[in-house]
Amino acid sequence: MAHPTYAVFEHQLVSYRRVWRGSVLSSFLLPVLFLLAMGLTVGGYVDRGGGLGVRYLDFIAPGLLASTALQVAAGEATWPVHAGFVWHRMYHGMRATPVRIPDMVRGHIMYILLRVALSAVGFLVVMALFGAVHSAWAPAALPVAVLVGLATAAPIFAYSATISTDGMFAVLFRFAVVPMTLFAGVFFPVDSLPLAARALAYVSPLWHGVELTRAATLGTPTAWGGWAHVSFLVMWSVAGYLLAVHRFSRRLAD
Amino acid sequence: MVLRKSLADLSYPRVRVLDVSAAEPLIAAHGLVKRFGDFTAVAGIDVDVRAGEAFGFLGPNGAGKSSTMRMIGCVSAPSGGTLRILGMDPVRDGPAIRARLGVCPQQDSLDQDITVRENLTVYARYFGISRRQARQRADELLEFVQLTERANDKVEPLSGGMKRRLTIARALVNDPAIVLLDEPTTGLDPQARHLVWERLFQLKQRGVTLVLTTHYMDEAEQLCDRLVVMDGGRIGAEGSPRQLIERYATREVVELRFSDATLDSYLGKLEGIGERLELLPDRILLYADDGDLAVAAVHERQLRPSSVLVRRSTLEDVFLHLTGRTLVD
Repeated sequence: MAHPTYAVFEHQLVSYRRVWRGSVLSSFLLPVLFLLAMGLTVGGYVDRGGGLGVRYLDFIAPGLLASTALQVAAGEATWPVHAGFVWHRMYHGMRATPVRIPDMVRGHIMYILLRVALSAVGFLVVMALFGAVHSAWAPAALPVAVLVGLATAAPIFAYSATISTDGMFAVLFRFAVVPMTLFAGVFFPVDSLPLAARALAYVSPLWHGVELTRAATLGTPTAWGGWAHVSFLVMWSVAGYLLAVHRFSRRLAD
Repeated sequence: MVLRKSLADLSYPRVRVLDVSAAEPLIAAHGLVKRFGDFTAVAGIDVDVRAGEAFGFLGPNGAGKSSTMRMIGCVSAPSGGTLRILGMDPVRDGPAIRARLGVCPQQDSLDQDITVRENLTVYARYFGISRRQARQRADELLEFVQLTERANDKVEPLSGGMKRRLTIARALVNDPAIVLLDEPTTGLDPQARHLVWERLFQLKQRGVTLVLTTHYMDEAEQLCDRLVVMDGGRIGAEGSPRQLIERYATREVVELRFSDATLDSYLGKLEGIGERLELLPDRILLYADDGDLAVAAVHERQLRPSSVLVRRSTLEDVFLHLTGRTLVD
């Protein structure tokens, strides 16, 4: 008998079967656009200064890969989760079955991680085509992307299970997702930030993911050492997961 | 609507083997209470539902019906009293109980993005049913609720009645020992309602235990072997529809309307005819065992109602008597 967590995962796959072509296409197309516009075009100007030590394309590509993991996770952990409580009430449907709340959270997150992994594969392939992969460690960027997905999707699940209207997602994106994307070392090294802003970058899961991804594709050392960054992401994941289960239980009680 | 498919086509076992003794009710609630903060939704009710019974909770919105159903469905913990379902404790054994319940909630919770059949197969997997069995079961159930032709359509464009039938099919996917239906036909047009009733009646004949809430009197009369009338979180009366009507109403009811506005002035003039009078904003109800005799008596007193309707009394009259007001949604 399949585990209930897997049944929840399978449910998501049945939905995904309808849209997978488009999503796979965009997971190749988006990196191409990003690397053309940011890596090559902006990079053309940045590289004249030569302050980074590596080509801007090579610097930004792993950052964008980690950031893509965040975007996919954030997109999938917000409105679809809200829909499950309020619009389609999918979670309420599951609640009437032997499926337990941790099964719902885990099964749905498993699916999101699959989506993150697919996007990361697409991104890495495009990066290779652009000549932005410089280390045999590059495949390690994939599990890192998945871990970034988990470390962001899990706490966002808790947020999505807490809010009462989807208007609150604007707050999440404005104050968490967008600032993280801009200031967590994707586009420029965080060393150039003032200390307070740097501290925020250090707390964010994305910066740790960017450090690890960059190390993987460039073959350079990370700021704090690999395990420190991995531990940080695991911490976000575990705390986010526990909080998500707690918020789901609250939402589905009574 | 004519039943096209014989019941024997469905792979339902006629006799359900239950791990509770035949004497023990499938659902046993004693002094059951549900509170939300200061608000008491269910104020101590006693209910026993036995195997094979169709049991109804009848009452207006806010009576506590849905709260009771959610406690029975093991998704809401009781605030007081005891509740046992299939011999188990809903708080401790929630998943084990839910594995053997079929739930048709008041609000649809179908997945709009996948097909009608997929809604059933995906749901079957939540009960640990194999993929192959799930497909087979889905096809049988689609036939049962007459949705075979829509099997590969998405859910979203279906009519309200079709969605409700799909929800009922979904509630049967695990071959449940008890089917819980929270206002199964609310919001449906008459034709759709009748189709749903027909299907529920077949389930009942097959020996499936049904527990339903409704605020439709005709629904309760059609489907329920036994019911309780709830109001304000309490049970006002209990019995079969017929028993309740006999106990709280008369065999017939005469509805009298008068064209002049002062209805209450007629109360005195009608005094003594029939067993009881009820004044409503637009009409007077006259409870009598023989309606025609009562109408004759009204005319004898030189009263000229603008309209007279003699009808059988219904649960609506019982409800009116018990709560002193008409049933409002």
